[in-house]
Amino acid sequence: MKFERYGIGIAKGMALTFKHLFRPPITVQYPEEKLVVSRRIRGNELVWYPDRCTGCATCAKSCPQGNIEIVTHVGDENNYVVDKFEVDTGRCMFCGLCVESCPYEALAMGLSYERAQYRRGQLVLSKEELRLSDVRQPSGYARPKIEATLPEQSLLVNWDREKGGQKLSLVPLSKKRGRGV
Amino acid sequence: MTLLEQFQLWLATMWPEWAAYVTPAIVGVVIVIAFALCMVIVFIYFERRLLGRFQIRLGPNRLGPEGIFQPIATAVKVLLKEDIVPAKGDKWLHWLAPLVVFVPVLMIFAVVPFWEGAIFIDLNVGIVYVVAISSVSAVGIYMAGWASNNKYALISALRMVAQVVSYELPVILSILGVVLMVGSLSMSQIVAAQTIPFILLQPLGFIIFFLGAVAEMNRSPFDLLEADSEIVAGFHTEYSGMKFAMFYLGEYCHALAYSCIIATLFLGGWRGPLLPPFLWLLIKVVAVFFVIVWIRATLPRLRVDQLMSFAWKCLLPMAVINLFVVAAEVLWLPESLPWIMVVVNFAFAGALILLWSKLFTLGGGRVEV
Repeated sequence: MKFERYGIGIAKGMALTFKHLFRPPITVQYPEEKLVVSRRIRGNELVWYPDRCTGCATCAKSCPQGNIEIVTHVGDENNYVVDKFEVDTGRCMFCGLCVESCPYEALAMGLSYERAQYRRGQLVLSKEELRLSDVRQPSGYARPKIEATLPEQSLLVNWDREKGGQKLSLVPLSKKRGRGV
Repeated sequence: MTLLEQFQLWLATMWPEWAAYVTPAIVGVVIVIAFALCMVIVFIYFERRLLGRFQIRLGPNRLGPEGIFQPIATAVKVLLKEDIVPAKGDKWLHWLAPLVVFVPVLMIFAVVPFWEGAIFIDLNVGIVYVVAISSVSAVGIYMAGWASNNKYALISALRMVAQVVSYELPVILSILGVVLMVGSLSMSQIVAAQTIPFILLQPLGFIIFFLGAVAEMNRSPFDLLEADSEIVAGFHTEYSGMKFAMFYLGEYCHALAYSCIIATLFLGGWRGPLLPPFLWLLIKVVAVFFVIVWIRATLPRLRVDQLMSFAWKCLLPMAVINLFVVAAEVLWLPESLPWIMVVVNFAFAGALILLWSKLFTLGGGRVEV
């Protein structure tokens, strides 16, 4: 006798949902547990390396929004000295064109993704704020050398709760709640 | 004699008559309402966590240890919300409807026996009282749908009335099977008669009553009146704040009340070995509610015509046949051999369910109208 048409489907469904009770939840409890993001994430804002920057303003020209503002003067060795390097990240759409266009790899996209601020003015980042720091690490976007050093993305399907989701070895995200993390 | 009546007699020896009459009533009401509301809060938390686990999530776990304060936070949030009345709605009915839904559901607890003698009032028509009073909240939902002056609310209210009226019949007929066996309508008598839980003696009656009760408390898969994919939020589309909280509470109270009734009618109420009787009742109530949540987590919502055909073509004839079989067994089977009845009724229930699922599977498993 075929039971397929005698309401056995309901019993099968009930058995399936009952089995779910004994599976570990797939929820990532966000502030405590974090997944490792893609190595090429176009993450939070930018990282600026002042020693590599020549002040050529290629990034400012390539920005479709005109978010990057650079003011320079000519220095002693006939070079540009950057007086002001400001990025209005409130209008940034994370296209990454500035990073791609930089001829000296002086810009990189950020690795972090928590960028909420309380004031709009805080979204305009000055050149001190844009420097490399504990909370501002570069991602591998358009920077293959950096990409090779980053840990692999932890996908939800092969995420192991026991090992912990916190794999960002460069940035202890849960400890440091600084700006831009 | 119930505990409250003994309390009253004891008070009458020293207090004036009216005080001895009123005080036990107030004490009883406070205890019953406190039980209902505390259990409802527990149920809301329990359902959210359990549904989360069924869906491989965690459910609310942030507020307090394992999130146990989440229902309180939800209640405070709902209470602080703005109370909106539709401009062209019927203000008085709109205000009255939540009460009409909530109060009758609370009144069901008056006849739930918690243990020997611990029953608010041991009515000799207890189960009829339950059926009568629980239907009143249907009026409240219809009032809500009408007073909202909203087409979705009205559609939902009409659906609900059709649903409750349809499912009332099989529910009552399956109760009659229990009543035939006990020979009394009183809830405490029904518990006292269950040396073997009635779920074993009449499994079919239990299934029919359970499904009918789930349909009457408007829970999934019979939650057509708040089918959010079709009619927004149904009858409480236009409700917010405290009034919405009343509907919400009423819904869970209804689930709790029917869990109590199912535990009392079919699972032996407070009877059980070792543990105190009240704890046994709680365990059974939570078990029934677990199954309700389990069904909600599994089965998709029925279509309106499927819902009606399920009530009228499936549950009602089965309930009638079940009633006849139980009546014949009570009449002819010797009372000393209840286990024969268990075997016969289980075989009978299986055969009937197979037969009816056969009737419903015309057209390759599609439910025909």
